[in-house]
Amino acid sequence: MIIPRLAIRNLLGAGLRTWLNVVVLSFSFVVIIWLQGLYKGMGDQARVAQTNAEFGGGQYWQENYDPFDPLTLQDVHADIPKSMQTLIDNGQATPILISQATIYPEGRLRTILMKGIDPAQNIVNLPTQFLDQEGEDLPALIGTRMAKNTGLKIGDSVTVRWRDVQGTFDARDAKIVQIMKTSVPTVDQAQIWVPLDKMQALTRMENEASLVILAQGTKEFPQISGWVHKDMDFLLKDINLMVKSKQTGGSIVYIILLSLAMLAIFNTQVLSIFRRRKEMGTLMSMGMTRGKIIQLFTLEGAMHSILAAVVAAIYGIPLLLWSAKSGWAMPEAVDDFGMALGEALFPVYSTGLVIGTTILILVVTTIVSFLPTRKIAKLKPTDALRGKMT
Amino acid sequence: MDNSYLIETDELVKIFPMGETSVIALNHVNLMFEKAEFAGLVGPSGSGKTTLLNIIGSLDSPTEGSATVMGQKIEDLNHKQGADLRNKHIGFIFQTFNLLPVYTVYENVEFPLLLLGMSPQERKEKVMKALEWVHLSDRAKSKPAQLSGGESQRVAIARAVVKEPKIILADEPTANLDAENSHNILQTMEKINRDLETTFIFATHDEKVIQYLRRKITLIDGKVAMDEVYDKPTGHGEEQ
Repeated sequence: MIIPRLAIRNLLGAGLRTWLNVVVLSFSFVVIIWLQGLYKGMGDQARVAQTNAEFGGGQYWQENYDPFDPLTLQDVHADIPKSMQTLIDNGQATPILISQATIYPEGRLRTILMKGIDPAQNIVNLPTQFLDQEGEDLPALIGTRMAKNTGLKIGDSVTVRWRDVQGTFDARDAKIVQIMKTSVPTVDQAQIWVPLDKMQALTRMENEASLVILAQGTKEFPQISGWVHKDMDFLLKDINLMVKSKQTGGSIVYIILLSLAMLAIFNTQVLSIFRRRKEMGTLMSMGMTRGKIIQLFTLEGAMHSILAAVVAAIYGIPLLLWSAKSGWAMPEAVDDFGMALGEALFPVYSTGLVIGTTILILVVTTIVSFLPTRKIAKLKPTDALRGKMT
Repeated sequence: MDNSYLIETDELVKIFPMGETSVIALNHVNLMFEKAEFAGLVGPSGSGKTTLLNIIGSLDSPTEGSATVMGQKIEDLNHKQGADLRNKHIGFIFQTFNLLPVYTVYENVEFPLLLLGMSPQERKEKVMKALEWVHLSDRAKSKPAQLSGGESQRVAIARAVVKEPKIILADEPTANLDAENSHNILQTMEKINRDLETTFIFATHDEKVIQYLRRKITLIDGKVAMDEVYDKPTGHGEEQ
């Protein structure tokens, strides 16, 4: 136990130099945890929002459905199988019919997706109850992004044109019954939601759907001919990849921060070993082995990270808790991120994140502290006492 | 080897390579030191005093010949065994005091005992006793930067003596001290030598030290030129 005791004494005895390193390192601690927490929060928020608004508990896709292939969208619809109909009737799934369409807001042509959904569904978190309206016009639900892009407001009518199952063009005025505010751009941008039964009738695709969304918590996914089950891993793959890529970008920031802190510690160690050669010689003359001196100097360096963890905890915990509670307000341009982010991002700090970051910094600091001490292994006591480096 | 000798050198040679040439620092030195000696290696600069002290202290090893300290051949000791020998049996006093600056006087003196793994209670007793020997009990909490040169060297003596080693090696211990402090220090060391029967070996060319010696070994060009033993110190008390 003598080495840790001596290391603490030496470290605290070094005064301001120690505390400068500690403060820089503690800053790295807090920023790394905050950034990682932010990305974790971003991922969690996006996954939850997308699951609630779009993916439910998984989906069955008509076998030819490819959301990234607009040329085939017209043909991806099929009769809802009986087994699926039972789920739908029991409120455990809801069908979606998708068709390409064109609208003419303010006299301009815009290609969109027309999506039919049951107004009474409660599988996804969309205000589809507003679609439950009678009248000549086709009730349509759009998102705020779509409304902004098209200039449409509640009560506006807009002409919608589509091809029916035979490929014949048909058109009708749609009335905007509600503009929903959602953090999920993929249920908003360039699409309108209409009642499923009306869309099925207008497109002559009675009892057909392009995909069926299952309720969250659905455990069984039987094979259904002509339909392909898409699990949550598949559906959330893009979000996970996006979060990962953003994390990689963010990691550059904390690599720079950590490098700066490590540079300071490395510099301190090199200077310390250079300046304290006589001290090393004195320690050797008192019977301390070179191995123990290396341990002492390495531990002194590594203890910067322990002190930094303590200092980071003092100001970091309240700061991180506050940021987790109040969130980080997102600018409007956040929609361009391409993922579901709310108005504020709420960082999520897991125990694993905090422990992982602490261990990472401790290990890196120890390695950085050890590297300059290798010189001591070759140091002759007589040279050390004369203040020379062997 | 006669077991009554604490230290024995046998045809000891130390050569330092200097680029393409080399310097012979010790040239076939044969010396023996007994328990409780108060001896000094004297001679001009470069005569090999410090080199001999370093070899006896296992801080360096001979090029040829042999040095036996406390029954252990220095040339056969590995780094760890050398450290162990110094830890248990040898104390050092340096010209520049070499106190650890971030530690207090008490902690500096305590340090060798920490390396020996002594209990806190035992350490405390020994440290306080050592500080009493050097009359610095009241400065236990001071830092080295707050001490005068004389006080610093007394702390160094306390640190060397606290573990009650068999041998204390002092390299120019008075070189940085004025006459009054030098005499105080030497009297302290003489008392410790008498009370604890510790063997003191000095490397010095300071006349103030030489007059306290009971054995004076003169080294010239790495060879023992003269080895004189006195019944009592040569000039003890004359300049006090």
